[in-house]
Amino acid sequence: MATTMTEVEKLVGKRIRRREDPRLITGTATYVEDIQMPGMNHAAIVRSPHAAAKIRSINIKRAAEAPGVVAVFIGKDTEKVGAVPCGASLPGLRVPHHNILATSLVYFVGHPVAVVVAQNRYLAQDAADLIEVDYDVLPPVADPEKALAPNAPAVHPQWPDNVAFTYHLEGGDVDKAFAEADVVVKQRITSQRLIPMAMETRGVVAEWRGADRQLNLYTSTQIPHLVRTLVAQMLGLDENRVRVIAPEVGGGFGSKLNVYAEEALMGFVAQQTGKPVKWIESRRENFLCTTHGRGHVDYYELAAKRDGTILGIKLKIIQDIGAYHQLLTPAIPTLSVLMMPGIYKTQNVRADVVGAFTNCMPTDAYRGAGRPEATHGIERMVDILADELNMDPVEIRLKNFVANDQFPFHTATGLMYDSGNYAAPLKKALDIVGYHKLRQQQAEARKQGKWIGIGISTYGEICAIGPSPATPAGGWESATVKVEPSGKVTVMTGASPHGQGEETTFAQIVADELGVNIDDVLVVHGDTAIVQYGIGTFGSRGTAIGGTAVYFALQDLKAKIKSFGAMLLESDDVALSGGQVICNKTGKSKSVPEIAAAAYRAMKLPPNTEPGLVSTRFWEPPNFTFPFGAHIVVTEIDGETGDIKIRRYIAVDDCGNIINPLIVDGQVHGGVAQGLGQALWERAVYDENGQLITGELMDYAVPRAHMMPWIENDHTVTPSPVNPLGVKGVGEAGTIGCSPAVVNSVVDALSPLGVRHIDMPMTPEKIWKLLIPESVK
Amino acid sequence: MKIAVRINGKSHSREVEPRLLLIHYLREVVGLTGSHVGCETSLCGACTIELDGKAVKSCTMFAVQADGASLTTIEGLAVDGKLHAMQEAFWNEHGLQCGFCTPGMIMASKQIVERHSDPTEEEIRHGLAGNVCRCTGYQHIVNAVKAAAAGAGK
Repeated sequence: MATTMTEVEKLVGKRIRRREDPRLITGTATYVEDIQMPGMNHAAIVRSPHAAAKIRSINIKRAAEAPGVVAVFIGKDTEKVGAVPCGASLPGLRVPHHNILATSLVYFVGHPVAVVVAQNRYLAQDAADLIEVDYDVLPPVADPEKALAPNAPAVHPQWPDNVAFTYHLEGGDVDKAFAEADVVVKQRITSQRLIPMAMETRGVVAEWRGADRQLNLYTSTQIPHLVRTLVAQMLGLDENRVRVIAPEVGGGFGSKLNVYAEEALMGFVAQQTGKPVKWIESRRENFLCTTHGRGHVDYYELAAKRDGTILGIKLKIIQDIGAYHQLLTPAIPTLSVLMMPGIYKTQNVRADVVGAFTNCMPTDAYRGAGRPEATHGIERMVDILADELNMDPVEIRLKNFVANDQFPFHTATGLMYDSGNYAAPLKKALDIVGYHKLRQQQAEARKQGKWIGIGISTYGEICAIGPSPATPAGGWESATVKVEPSGKVTVMTGASPHGQGEETTFAQIVADELGVNIDDVLVVHGDTAIVQYGIGTFGSRGTAIGGTAVYFALQDLKAKIKSFGAMLLESDDVALSGGQVICNKTGKSKSVPEIAAAAYRAMKLPPNTEPGLVSTRFWEPPNFTFPFGAHIVVTEIDGETGDIKIRRYIAVDDCGNIINPLIVDGQVHGGVAQGLGQALWERAVYDENGQLITGELMDYAVPRAHMMPWIENDHTVTPSPVNPLGVKGVGEAGTIGCSPAVVNSVVDALSPLGVRHIDMPMTPEKIWKLLIPESVK
Repeated sequence: MKIAVRINGKSHSREVEPRLLLIHYLREVVGLTGSHVGCETSLCGACTIELDGKAVKSCTMFAVQADGASLTTIEGLAVDGKLHAMQEAFWNEHGLQCGFCTPGMIMASKQIVERHSDPTEEEIRHGLAGNVCRCTGYQHIVNAVKAAAAGAGK
């Protein structure tokens, strides 16, 4: 059939509505809790009400005899199951052996002690309430600085100093930089403990097929393959006989980038009882027993010349580890260290990290994971320096930015920033907000007694995590692309998206590369029995690494499609365009479905070519990517109540090339909401007894619709040279850019009072106390 | 206790334990798993359904309290395969990411438009105050409600 060459409209770059949405908007998607199996039992977990205690005895008799109870297990029953794994390694790291059920000691509120298995969830909970645990209560410590003080209670008796690890990194000549400085500014800055609060709590369904020694594990996770490897190890099963399925996953934000006790525990229960079992985490358990985020106390020192040139940075981080290590706990603050210079060119840095055990839930990755802390710190310090030198915060930033001709830029912390144009998003954001006029309006408003603030943050971050040498368990990603015999295209991605929209963005890439209709493309993920080994979705890596793996698999297929096309058209001079292989001489063509049929029928094959149209690629990135941007926040403070109103929020982000602007904007909005949550409202509070007193949504203030400002989005585009798509990643940018812009804005508003720093969350009470005179405090 | 309810236009009659929550009745007895349990305390709104035309949180009602009522869940919105305008608007405006809050969010949004034919941004945001979304920052949800209201006014 002769066709004319037609230019097909490209889909990459288009605002396309998502292909995963129909099942989600009709209530027909399947989350873990929606799974039902014949004979399935339900589990309820008994947890420690104490932050630190010795278990004297556990009496399960009444529970075991309660109606509908199938089994009860306690720590001594599960002693053979391997410990909850810590995937991070640092020199001298102390790793407590964390059993899936406590044996002799409990060391945080929520520590699992026993599991009750019953015919339904109500009966399981009834029986769980009948378990009697006799505790010898011990003194706890719930604050990381107090934990490091002499004579603090020891979280683990074998390590009385509560030090989990120390980490030092130094670049350049810090002592010289500080000796030569005209000015040194210092500030203690905290990034409080936060609760990730994915809308879907964790949940597990485990099914044991004894005759095959096969465990099927449905779990709400960001990393199904890593869960498979590690749970198989914990249970002593063959990895290829553990099938992990992450069905629909209702958000993660890092809190499901983990391997949890309950995943192995449900596998154990299914094995022991021979029946499927379901455990669904309650929201209360989610607050107590799913990883928390942040938990930094930072001590910053910035050395500078009088003209605003930053000469060097010293940083001491005290990281609240919690009671033990979850998968990546100790690695998180090391990311803060890598990112400590921000997007400024200073080459003299020194960082010291101390990880402190506390009788609290472990911290781990939470949206941004180490980079929000670093960005918050450096962006606050730059404003404090500007204040000290009486400089405009814009001017001091422009003076210190890595210049466009310095890329690729080697930082003093050992990173290589791939590409950047740091002034561009700042200038764009300043234009949008009308900066100079706004400063005049602010001066006028101040005369009228109004508290108006303008806050800027210019962030950089690390995305596409990451090259394998820098990432525990590997930092590559995999893709298989199959052109089926009918010409339909199936993509299997090792990244396991859970809201990020890769079923759409990957299909856009496929449609453009092969010239097929996007409706003919299906993206499959989240089942280790179907999808080749993969790493997962976290660290803004899905598109930059997972998408690139798809891209390279498509290049293989394009070559093969062309070679089949050339054979069928009996010509060496062919091109692939618009889903057709076209002979450049005759204009004759063969469509992708025609070629696919021929490739599988295999009546005739091109030289040295196998039948079929499938390619699997494991793509190892040569570097991280480094997105950046500028956020500007205008606040107005109620002088009587301390309430903060956000008048404008401008987010100009540069995440490299954009595949779907609708999805990118959504990622920024969600990221900003979590950044604002940290800046203004959210804080996980443990009292002195180690009780989590913000243990429900009633007490822990996540942003709601009426609390959020309108976000004015814009972008600059600086493609990444690290991958052929030129993409960088955008999942965490909003969170990273947000919090310092908000705090800088409020500090700016209150600067006439001499306010120089406010720790988050900036609750009305905290602001009100700054506003009222000493005499009435 | 025996209860009789209409759900998405169909009659259901069944013996239930008095303590069975309405959300568990819908999800586990009737098999309608579109409404979700996000907090068990009526604070997140993922379980929002319509009971006799009013949006309610089904995680803090007993099934027996719904005896005699007419219920609509997310599964009942699309008619003959045609999406409800609010579902269509959430899809067009990218009003969802992980999708877990979405069924409750759509039910609450539908109620807003039923109460305000041309809702302001403030009315939309306050109307959604009982429903938590952790993914979207709400902006695209606000757009979706506006779009659905504009479509309904045509």
